[in-house]
Amino acid sequence: MVRLTKGKRVFISGVLIAASYLLKRLIGYETPTVILMIATTIIAGTPIFVKAIGAIRYRIVGIDALVTIAVTGAVLIGEYWEAAAVTFLFLLGDYLEARTIEKTRSSIKALIDLAPDRARVRRDGVEVEITPAEVRPGEVVVVKPGEKIAVDGTVLEGSAYVNQAAITGESFPVSRRAGEPVFSGTIIESGYLLIKAERVGDDTTFARILAMVEEAQDKKAKTQKFLEQFSRYYTPGIIFLAIIMYLITGDLSLALTLLVIACPGALVISTPVSIVAGIGNGAKHGVLVKGGEIMEKLGTIKVVAFDKTGTLTVGQPKVTGVKAYGLEEKEVLKLAAIGEAYSEHPLGKAIINHAWVELGPVQETPEETEIITGQGLRFCWAGEIYYLGNRKLFSRNGVNLTPQEEDDLRAEEEQGRTTVLLGTAAGICGIISIADVLRAEAGKLVTDLKAQGVKKVVMLTGDNRRTAAAIAAEIGLDEYYSELLPEDKVNILADLRKRYGRTAMVGDGVNDAPALASADLGIAVGGAGTDVAIETADVVLMSAALRQLSYAIGLSRATVRNMKQNISFALLVAALLLAGVLVKTVNLSFGMMVHEASVLLVTANAARLLGYGRNKDRV
Amino acid sequence: MANKTYQLETVTCPSCVAKIEGMLKKTAGISEAEVMFNTSRVKVNFDENVISAEEIRNKIEGLGFKVLGEK
Repeated sequence: MVRLTKGKRVFISGVLIAASYLLKRLIGYETPTVILMIATTIIAGTPIFVKAIGAIRYRIVGIDALVTIAVTGAVLIGEYWEAAAVTFLFLLGDYLEARTIEKTRSSIKALIDLAPDRARVRRDGVEVEITPAEVRPGEVVVVKPGEKIAVDGTVLEGSAYVNQAAITGESFPVSRRAGEPVFSGTIIESGYLLIKAERVGDDTTFARILAMVEEAQDKKAKTQKFLEQFSRYYTPGIIFLAIIMYLITGDLSLALTLLVIACPGALVISTPVSIVAGIGNGAKHGVLVKGGEIMEKLGTIKVVAFDKTGTLTVGQPKVTGVKAYGLEEKEVLKLAAIGEAYSEHPLGKAIINHAWVELGPVQETPEETEIITGQGLRFCWAGEIYYLGNRKLFSRNGVNLTPQEEDDLRAEEEQGRTTVLLGTAAGICGIISIADVLRAEAGKLVTDLKAQGVKKVVMLTGDNRRTAAAIAAEIGLDEYYSELLPEDKVNILADLRKRYGRTAMVGDGVNDAPALASADLGIAVGGAGTDVAIETADVVLMSAALRQLSYAIGLSRATVRNMKQNISFALLVAALLLAGVLVKTVNLSFGMMVHEASVLLVTANAARLLGYGRNKDRV
Repeated sequence: MANKTYQLETVTCPSCVAKIEGMLKKTAGISEAEVMFNTSRVKVNFDENVISAEEIRNKIEGLGFKVLGEK
């Protein structure tokens, strides 16, 4: 058999069928006309016949088998034109469908194309170009402007602006210098970096995102499973009907037409094409939705519960104010920075950073330090013993606060700040207020979620009640739950679900993995870099941009809407075709044409989803 | 037991999925076969002592689906 590409085969049979149509009109059903029609049937039909016979060997009846039977039947009863038209239309339809389906998958293809294909490493002082998979962890990779970073690693030397769109969907370039992490698949826009490779090949974040997106595409939606079940009965049902009709009416062409429309192609394809386009669109915008079922669920959530630190807030506490009693403010800050010199606590780091900005580097170190877990620390400097920590630390050591100090403390806490006290056995010398900065878009997101019909937006935090209350008020949360342990979060989620319905938990995956896993839907924020989050969550927002959550919900709804349009359209077409065949207004080739056209329309409709978000609105 | 994933040319009709899966599952030596419609890939779990990766490839192509690659 001559090996023809699909495209060429479509073209040749197209020319042949046009010629035979012309002959039919000019000279009617003469020998040359019939020969041309049979030639068309053979050329267009061969791949269909081959597939049908291959499948029948395994006792599987697919649409190829049905078309083959119908075409053979048509030739036998002398309907050569119908045979030629049906095979040609089927082949053309298949060809066009492949092209349009590829379009719905194009976002994901585009993502794959972002994969780096070469890396320049320094080996024995010489720069060599190799494939990214050949880089060994620990090697030094050199990246120049316009080039892709091929590994996950840390910058050793140089500085650059890096476009991280491949990972975060955020195309605004970020600055990267020594000590900072960089990801494979991102592009250096300007600058020059020497990078120490840490993860290479399939272990890089980019490769794992890609693997996950690819896997997600084929996790079936519930609707899809249902439709597959449906078509399992529909097709044999129509075949059975065709046989019955033939036995009753003796009308072979009617029975054959029924066979052609028996495959509910548009119906079965309606869901997967929408899902794949939706997931592709999400991936392009830094939203990773892990499968069809989750895509269906995402748009229907009733409660969104946020973790506080690192999710609603940036996760990097900063000093917002210093109050001094009897000392200069600068002295309080300096003493606190000295006390925290060896501390690894995030609050301690915030104090040291602030002192560095205000006073320059603080070189002195304490003569002696003792960490008191859960309270703070005690240190000795210049012959004096100081306490640095929370209120409990001072009450335990018999230091009482003056009414003025109490008032100041309460005022700070009510504004959502955490306080650190500095003092000696004689009394308090200062209060340092520290706040974790709220993400700029947190308030806007809460408003958007409400506008999208989410019933309750709440916050779950381990932080103290006053701080939680202040943040809840500032961004307009419905409810907040404070001073929680990880297991409390799980219980509260269960309770929220009982009261309001489907509940989503949004966290950064650092210490809320149990909550992410136990919610109806776990959504991880700032996925790039945190493995746990990528693995356990159902939805991953790759960048730290919270507003993507509202985008994801909108996308989910658009996808489901698209799916429903497709299903109703496909059902309508199937019903009309069936009715049309039964009342004999639809013949073989027309039935095939409508069938193929409906598949194409459904796919084209799904492709529209790729444009979701382009003009910020609905599809 | 060995695992292999075959990349096919774009699979268009979901009935193709049923066909390929059905054929593979009825083949001796293959314990599991899954066709992923959206990615046009076939994941096969098979016993190397009974059937080779090459034979599986030929079987899929015998059904009329071109195999573009495997890994």
